[in-house]
Amino acid sequence: MPQHADTQNDFAAALCDAALPVPDAVVTPPVAGQGRRFDVYRNNRMVSLIEAMQTTFPAVLRLVGEAFFKAAARAYIDQEPPRSPVLLLYGCGFGDFLDGFAPAAKVPYLGDVARLEWARLNAFHAADAEPLAIDCLSALPPEDLGALRFGLHPSLQLLRSRWPVVSLWAVSSGSDPEAPVDMKTGQDTLVIRPALAVDTRVLPGGGFDFIDALLSGASLAEAAERAASNDPAFDLAVHLQGMFDVGAVTAVFPGSPEPKQE
Amino acid sequence: MTEDSTIPNRAGLGLKAEHYEAILGSRPDVGWFEVHAENYMGAGGPPHHYLTKIRCDYPLSLHGVGLSIGGAAPLDEAHLARLKALAERYEPGLVSEHLAWSSHDDVFMNDLLPLPYTEETVTQVSEHLERMQEVLRRQVLLENPSTYVAFEHSTMEEIEFLRTVVKRSGCGLLLDVNNVLVSTNNQGASAEAYIDAFPLEQVGEIHLGGHASEEEAGGTTLLIDAHDRAVDDRVWALYARALARGGARPSLIEWDNSLPTWEVLYNEARRAETVIAAEAGSAPQPAAPMQQTRHAAAR
Repeated sequence: MPQHADTQNDFAAALCDAALPVPDAVVTPPVAGQGRRFDVYRNNRMVSLIEAMQTTFPAVLRLVGEAFFKAAARAYIDQEPPRSPVLLLYGCGFGDFLDGFAPAAKVPYLGDVARLEWARLNAFHAADAEPLAIDCLSALPPEDLGALRFGLHPSLQLLRSRWPVVSLWAVSSGSDPEAPVDMKTGQDTLVIRPALAVDTRVLPGGGFDFIDALLSGASLAEAAERAASNDPAFDLAVHLQGMFDVGAVTAVFPGSPEPKQE
Repeated sequence: MTEDSTIPNRAGLGLKAEHYEAILGSRPDVGWFEVHAENYMGAGGPPHHYLTKIRCDYPLSLHGVGLSIGGAAPLDEAHLARLKALAERYEPGLVSEHLAWSSHDDVFMNDLLPLPYTEETVTQVSEHLERMQEVLRRQVLLENPSTYVAFEHSTMEEIEFLRTVVKRSGCGLLLDVNNVLVSTNNQGASAEAYIDAFPLEQVGEIHLGGHASEEEAGGTTLLIDAHDRAVDDRVWALYARALARGGARPSLIEWDNSLPTWEVLYNEARRAETVIAAEAGSAPQPAAPMQQTRHAAAR
């Protein structure tokens, strides 16, 4: 009698590769005509995984159409099948996969739109935290501000694109069908979910570097310096206000007493 | 949370994101709700926000679809820990899983796959349930599957297999009446005989769902467990047959795909309550007045 592990091996292999024959141990009952019994399982698996990806990547789906999306999803599922039963977070590598997917070469921004949708999904399911209002800084002497470090919202994510990824997403997802799309302009993006709704924002110049530095633990002064070195017009007051306005700051830590080394 | 987490012998409904607002807006008279555990394994966000609110007013049943109890490999301890955390957070009145496997070699298949019924697999499944119950510190219900194929090396019938697992692990059973019709039809067996032989005294919950059907080349009809439509009249008849012998049980309407409006789903639950009441020999409790809700799909 075959071991169950071997039966599973054969079953799983044939399930994932329709070119393989139905395993010998699998029998269709005599009552059935030699129908598509095993194909029910193949179909259940592939259709349900494609549906999961359609739910996660609706803008990519709109941009390329259903037939193209299904073909791309099928190829992705073959290459990177889910490794966890928590399917609500499946599709992490789809953006990178699309970058290298030859049939999508004429749609070079597709990978970035997929990464934006992936960031939105992660923000949706991220841990909850209560954002602080900017008044939490008002009691501090101005000379202490530069040394502050911020705890940022667990849902906060950054995305840098050489394409107008937010505009493309807004138009194709239906969130703003009339959004102007200037294909010559890249967009840096902030995704965050301070309460129930996921917020997707185009960051002004320097914003990406500023928040990226804060995320990596830099002090306010260090983050501002990094942003200004890339964008001389960087205005700390505006960006700081913006951070609090979107609910990005959930904790404020006073600077350490020792002088920081660069 | 409701003080008493016990699931009553009433109809319950599968909780869907599309219906969160309708439920919170009108607090309908539904006995309890059930969720797929894996849909609430994100860290936070709207799913937990809404489930927490709904749990305040209704008993909850936790139905796992991804533990792969029917696999040869030991259970995924990380997944078991996620299930435990969820059970501690929401204090469900019932926890259930499937007689099926869904993962193999770390790949998740996202389907409930069949297993041969042998001495080896009955031992594996019993041990997996023992481990699951040890971690969750409670009894778990095991659901009879929908099947489309069989295995030539099976040495026991499904009901004998289930009885053995119950005896060895101390688990209870979840009787999915639609699965009974689907599997017996597909295996050329009698659904009535299956219901009559089922150990109803071990059943802690019943599932009712819709199925698709298609004609096969040999002139037979293949039934597919689709959960995409109303419960079939034959399933209602089998359900009444089970209740007549075993008495009322918490009974869930499963409708996971091609979701209807809240009102249609709610009426399916009312129909189940009519069967429960008929078995108890009394009229069903009148439904509490329900506000008319015009709800768009949440997302």
